[in-house]
Formats: sequence, C-alpha cells, structure tokens
Amino acid sequence: MRVTETWYLTLSALLFTVGFVGLLVRRNPLVMFMSLELMLNAVNISFVAFANKLDDIAGQTAVFFVLVVAAAEVVVGLSIVVAVMRRRPSITADDLRSLKG
Amino acid sequence: MVDVIVFAVAGLIVLAGGLGVVLNSNPVRSALSLVASFFGVAVLFVLQEAHFLALVQIVVYAGAIVVLFLFVIMLLGVDEVEDLSIEPLSGQRIGGLLAGAALLVFLLGGLFLSGGDEGAVAVTGTESVTQPIDETQPNIDNLATDLFGRNVLAFEATALLLTIATVGAVVLVRNAGAEDLSVDEPGRADH
Repeated sequence: MRVTETWYLTLSALLFTVGFVGLLVRRNPLVMFMSLELMLNAVNISFVAFANKLDDIAGQTAVFFVLVVAAAEVVVGLSIVVAVMRRRPSITADDLRSLKG
Repeated sequence: MVDVIVFAVAGLIVLAGGLGVVLNSNPVRSALSLVASFFGVAVLFVLQEAHFLALVQIVVYAGAIVVLFLFVIMLLGVDEVEDLSIEPLSGQRIGGLLAGAALLVFLLGGLFLSGGDEGAVAVTGTESVTQPIDETQPNIDNLATDLFGRNVLAFEATALLLTIATVGAVVLVRNAGAEDLSVDEPGRADH
C-alpha cells in the first residue's frame, strides 16, 4: 500500500468541510477566523499534493503566497475584531448587524 | 508502509484538531487545537518532500498566527466558555451541517467519480508546465528558483500587501477620537 495523492485530496476535502461547517455554525468571530484558517490549510494540502503528482514546483509556490495572504488577512481581520470589541465586549457575529446603520 | 502509518497519524491529528477548533466552547482551546492541526499539516508537507513549506507552516502558522489569535483572545478577555447549547438563529446549525454535507459530497464525488485510471485518481493536467522539481537539489533551492524567477513581481507585491496590512491594522485599532468612542464603553456608567 502506498500513499497516493488521492489520500491527500480526500483528507483535504474533509478538512475543508470541517472548516466550512465551523465558519457557518460558530458565532464567535475569532473561532470563525480559525475555521477560515483550516480551510486555507486544506487547500494548501491539495496544492502540495498536486505539486508532487504533476512534478511542478508551482504548487508549492502557490502555498507560499497563500501563507502570506493568510497572514495579512489575519492581521486585518483581528484588528477589526479588536476595534469592534472595544465598543461592545463579548460580541458575536450576529451583533455586527448594527453596522447596517 | 512507513509513509502510510505517518499519513494516518498525521491525518488523524489534522482532522481531530480541526474538529477541536469547531467543537470547543472555549476559544483558547480552539486556538490550541488549531496548533495541533497545523503541526499535522506540517508533517504531511514533510511526507511530500516540501520541507521548506513544513518549516514555514510551523513558524508562521503555528507560531505567529496562532500567537496573534491567543494575544487577541487574552487582550479582549474573551477566554471564557461560550454556551453552545443555545442556538440563537434557529436552523443555523442544521443548515450549516446540510451545506457542509453537500459540499463534502460534491468534493468527494468530483474526486472519486472523475477518476481516469483505477477509479480514484482525479489528478489531471500537464506535468511540469512551469518548472519540474529537481530531485537532486534541496527543496528550498527549487522553491527559490521559481519564487525569485517567474514569480518575482508577485513576491514584491506581497511585500506591499504586508505593509498595507500593517498600516491598516494600526489605523483600525488606533484610539483616535477616544472621547467620542468611549461614551458607550462599559464601566462608564456615569454618562
């Protein structure tokens, strides 16, 4: 028995689904961000699997860029959470509907 | 055989960590489950000979990003247990689970039904379009050749992106106009 890329893609699909359900179900914005990170990681797994299978380094380069964008996204997202939570502590994502004005 | 065992263990850690993030009611535990999941992913990267990415995965994700999460959780003092038994938006959970199941069926269906040979090999495409992986060189050399050759402009753009993100974070959390903002802060009941 050998680990093929199908195994990696299956695991990636499972992890992506876990993150997706977490993003939809949880209401704490911090946990929602973490679920988003899980989804990004699932995509990274499949990128590396494709890079290996197709013998092309571009898949690994893509993971590198995903990492950078994820870091930027977390920084901006968390600062939005901090800015909002300063005004209303123990916020949930539902409370953000007050942004409608 | 060894790689099957490593894959099984790392895959279990990845999935258990992912479920831990979603199911834990305490955000700190969620963040720590996230670390476990990231470490599992790093092991999978090593298994696929992507050594540099495994290192960066641990340093950037498990190090920097999760520490940022924990820092914000502690800063805001929201490290308390959230009551998960209440479902404020009726049907949210069932809807989320249904959407997740549909997505999973979609993904796995695409993976296993499209298979060319042996029924379950969904990887199609031309091999080595941009740059083949040179097995005689270290992984980091391969990655650097592609990153600083073909993708050098994108690399420069990420520098700009990170600068913008940093400036944006400073602007967002800067306490400008604190007098106006602090009116409805808790503990200022005198207003």
